[in-house]
Amino acid sequence: MNYFPDEVLEHIFDFVTSQRDRNSVSQVCKPWYKIESSSRQKVFVGNCYAISPERVIERFPGLKSITLKGKPHFADFNLVPPDWGGFVYPWIEAFARNNMGLEELKLKRMIISDECLELISRSFANFKSLVLVSCEGFSTDGLAAIASNCSFLRELDLQENDVEDHRGHWLSCFPDTCTSLVSLNFACLKGDVNLAALERLVARSPNLRSLRLNHAVPLDILQKILMRAPHLVDLGVGSYVHDPDSETYNKLVTALQKCKSVRSLSGFLEAAPQCLSAFHLICPNLTSLNLSYAPGIHGTELRKLIRHCRKLQRLWILDCIGDEGLEVVASTCKDLQEIRVFPSDPFVGNAAVTEVGLVALSSGCPKLHSILYFCQQMTNAALITVAKNCPNFTRFRLCILDPTKPDAVTNQPLDEGFGAIVHSCKGLRRLSMSGRLTDKVFLYIGMYAEQLEMISIAFAGDTDKGMQYLLNGCKKLRKLEIRDCPFGNAALLMDVGKYETMRSLWMSSCNVTLGGCKSLAKKMPMLNVEIINETDQMDISADDRQKAEKMFLYRTLAGRRKDAPEFVWTL
Amino acid sequence: MGGGAAYENDLNFKATELRLGLPGTGCTNEEQAVSGAKNNKRPLLETREERGSKEKSDPQHDDQETDPAPKARIVGWPPIRSYRKNSLQTKKAEAEAAAGMYVKVSMDGAPYLRKIDLKVYKGYPELLKALENMFKLTIGEYSEREGYNGSEYAPTYEDKEGDWMLVGDVPWDMFLTSCKKLRIMKGSEARGRKLKSDRVSFLTEFSTDGWKFRQEESE
Repeated sequence: MNYFPDEVLEHIFDFVTSQRDRNSVSQVCKPWYKIESSSRQKVFVGNCYAISPERVIERFPGLKSITLKGKPHFADFNLVPPDWGGFVYPWIEAFARNNMGLEELKLKRMIISDECLELISRSFANFKSLVLVSCEGFSTDGLAAIASNCSFLRELDLQENDVEDHRGHWLSCFPDTCTSLVSLNFACLKGDVNLAALERLVARSPNLRSLRLNHAVPLDILQKILMRAPHLVDLGVGSYVHDPDSETYNKLVTALQKCKSVRSLSGFLEAAPQCLSAFHLICPNLTSLNLSYAPGIHGTELRKLIRHCRKLQRLWILDCIGDEGLEVVASTCKDLQEIRVFPSDPFVGNAAVTEVGLVALSSGCPKLHSILYFCQQMTNAALITVAKNCPNFTRFRLCILDPTKPDAVTNQPLDEGFGAIVHSCKGLRRLSMSGRLTDKVFLYIGMYAEQLEMISIAFAGDTDKGMQYLLNGCKKLRKLEIRDCPFGNAALLMDVGKYETMRSLWMSSCNVTLGGCKSLAKKMPMLNVEIINETDQMDISADDRQKAEKMFLYRTLAGRRKDAPEFVWTL
Repeated sequence: MGGGAAYENDLNFKATELRLGLPGTGCTNEEQAVSGAKNNKRPLLETREERGSKEKSDPQHDDQETDPAPKARIVGWPPIRSYRKNSLQTKKAEAEAAAGMYVKVSMDGAPYLRKIDLKVYKGYPELLKALENMFKLTIGEYSEREGYNGSEYAPTYEDKEGDWMLVGDVPWDMFLTSCKKLRIMKGSEARGRKLKSDRVSFLTEFSTDGWKFRQEESE
């Protein structure tokens, strides 16, 4: 290989696309490192504080596409105070300053300001794709800047962001010359949009394949849009609430008849189920269906819809589908690979599905490999059956609404059930557990879950041994997040070197003390050990025996971060 | 008595059974398994304490006996994204506000049912007046002691737990959230509910004091 000129090597490396593989390539020898680094276009940074933007730029000067993740996962559940961090501005500012040819930006759980969006829109002439997932800090003004200035924009995908809505003029900011849109998702915007501008935009975007509307787009506009965009592959219906007059309904049916390419359907943000039969036309070709924001669709109408979806591979649904509805899914959707069942009424604490639905899915859908299941109760017997039926799980997340509930029939802990899952599913990479769990389940996980990369634990375990089994056993562990478990310093400090092999560790409401965390920080300079302090009285010189209420540690090459707010101490 | 048989299917006798204890307690295990969501009694409370409990989760289990007292919420549980949580909350509120609260109203002897939107009424007097208009009848005044004494009709409703209750006993807002359907009872049924046959003999005709009479006997 040493006799090949660089261009040939580079060409060969072009075929290596996954970041992990490219990382491996770069470690073979110095020349390979050089060539790979200079030619890499796509970079994934799982923790924006693990490395500085300057260093990324230095190593990958040809960077065109970057994915950045900010806040810890538990920030999704309000466990992290706002202003904790995750600001993307320094990255964008560095890219702009260094004249990087940035084309794609994907952010998750980060803070991005309108200023920053404006900077992006002005600094990168070839900017093509902006994907924001669970981000905040911006308004529709920032979107207006992107729309106005990014002449070659292909993708604007906003997923579950908290956007300050200054009302719909941003859509009108797409110039008439902008005809390059392939994907537009603004389902999470709360305000009105300029419907005429939307229609015109769709009309002049021949490459549009993915369109997800927000609740402010009514049925009659949807119908007009569909007439103009019959080649859509992914459709997010906005509002579906009023009983349409027969004329609008008939027009919708006509429009849907022309949409032969739709494979993914979502939305129905405000839905009355009466008109769903129009969509029965599309159902036979659907591979992905997301009704998790449509509480208005349930009961017989929902089951009717599902019965038409024989090719479904991915289903996101609310628990009002019930065990009965899941049995319909199990008997209809034989190609199902991923299912997520969300609670429709999380506050009351009653879920409408139980272990019965889970078992039905496992026996009816042999290709199932990824599940997120919020339920009322679970049993060991059910989990053991599921493990037998579906040994191919790669992601298994079970959330019982009462987090310490034991086996609903035997009142035993659910150790054996989850033990069966990790024993049977040899490819399991992600696991979330709930229910009454003792140290035993961690013994099983340590013993059997060889491929496990991410695990979330809450209200589980009895002693430090639990966490120790985990850290000892799971060699590929990257992310560990723990809340409300009786794990303390002994577990935390057992194997400090382990944390350098992981991306991050979160521990909240456990038994680790300030002293334990300080000790860890001292031993491991390549880790940032951060304490989130939400009480007024504590300060950093406080009694080491005090419990560290929230601790987040991560490996980093960038040293302690400079943007940490007052309530975050880096030890 | 002829009408009696028909009503056995409709009424939940357990609901009209007189017994001591707070409403909602005392379900059989079978019922508990079936309607697991309702009681949510957490077994083995002592085991929890043995483990050296976390303070946060305990308050959740303290108020099992009082139904339907709200459980103390655990921060960040269940683990769903705030975006989704907020959106469900909003939707729920919006749906309730916009969609109105249509409930079926049946009247004994009427050939078909009606539907009314409870949300448009500000309180019981308006509701009763509307019912009177709709069915061309008089219901009369409510009193806590005597129900709708003096009237041929008694407005009743089925609550979330499937029990048939007299309209007017609970505050209006509570009524709104618990009422699933209405039924206007007529004649003898209005003045004296049938009880479990073992305990109390069936009473056929009542005087206008029938209501008071029945209560005395069962005590």
